[in-house]
Amino acid sequence: MSYLDNPTPIPGTILFDGKAARKGYGLNKMCYTLNEQAARDEFKQGEMAYCDKFGLTEEQKQAIADRDVLGLLELGGSIYYLAKFVGMLGLNMQDIGAMQTGMSVDEFKQKLVKAGE
Amino acid sequence: MARIIGGITSSHIPAIGNAIERNQQQEPYWKDFFDGYPPIHAWLEQQQPDVAVIFYNDHGLEFFIDKKPTFAIGAATQYNNADEGWGIKTIPPVNGHEDLSWHICNQLVDDEFDITICQEMRIDHGVTVPLQLMWPGYSYGHMKVIPVAINCEQHPMPSPKRCFNLGRSMGKAIESYEEDLKVVILGTGGMSHQLDGERAGFINKEFDLMCMDKIVDRPEELLHYSIRDLVEIAGAQGPEFIMWLGMRGALIGKVKELHRNYHIPISNTGAGTMLLENK
Repeated sequence: MSYLDNPTPIPGTILFDGKAARKGYGLNKMCYTLNEQAARDEFKQGEMAYCDKFGLTEEQKQAIADRDVLGLLELGGSIYYLAKFVGMLGLNMQDIGAMQTGMSVDEFKQKLVKAGE
Repeated sequence: MARIIGGITSSHIPAIGNAIERNQQQEPYWKDFFDGYPPIHAWLEQQQPDVAVIFYNDHGLEFFIDKKPTFAIGAATQYNNADEGWGIKTIPPVNGHEDLSWHICNQLVDDEFDITICQEMRIDHGVTVPLQLMWPGYSYGHMKVIPVAINCEQHPMPSPKRCFNLGRSMGKAIESYEEDLKVVILGTGGMSHQLDGERAGFINKEFDLMCMDKIVDRPEELLHYSIRDLVEIAGAQGPEFIMWLGMRGALIGKVKELHRNYHIPISNTGAGTMLLENK
């Protein structure tokens, strides 16, 4: 039996598995193109038009517009591709860590420091 | 004959690349982490390896999820870095060792590892950050590199045991290569961390330290974990530890720990650095 057949959820964690990879294919493909400067420029000129090129759903487009990282994860986003999206916006992993946990960035950084004590 | 002289583990977090570019190594946030590297620099200087085999995971530069290989091995004369989208500076091209790559690949397929052989492969921060850490100032021009990418992005991912065995097979292949080469194996990534979800920021120091202890001379005690176990115990990106196990598998001689450093936090992770001698 695959480890993915275990039905018990891992708290606070969404596994990027086949189900997510299918649901998020267009979203992740759009984010993957953001490796290229030309794509980043095009995205910035018209975010929703750019999303439409990759067939994002209305929910996914709304989550992009809202910079809703948790929402994007639930809609099939992979953190590695979403990193290209949020990175383009100038956000780092502590910024989005704070967004996902409902903490301030300072509180989130403090939580990381505490993990080492 | 080629000889594996040792293994090195290192984080490959992009923020480290940025810190190097900004010359922040001695700033309070970074000092404890970067202070873990001079003993490795001294060892590399003394040993003068010719080739570095680098276990890493691609984070959406060379591979997309349209086709995602579980194991991909570079067999190119040169590897280029490229824009990853969020501003990490690219590094100069890195030389490959095509012939040794093919020798390893031939053996791996014979040993029933169904790998993807890549004659072109853009390398991302999984390779470039460790190169910058090991050979500062891009001083890796004399080195030849063989990148080994393991899928840590999309589930299902290969198990710890499978990655250790892949390393074992690679170790045997390398030591059967006729040219007199000194080879060092890098296991990059980890240790415990979680970037995504409501549990973002999760780090498990106790587990990381246990892994660092056992990987030296009891690595087989780490092979029973499933990928799900690693996610649960070490965070969503905790499975990156399989790259360490690939490295350790390749050390087929007598292994001795020469140096270690562990620091929390670097970005969102527990960063473990180890130098293992293989005789």
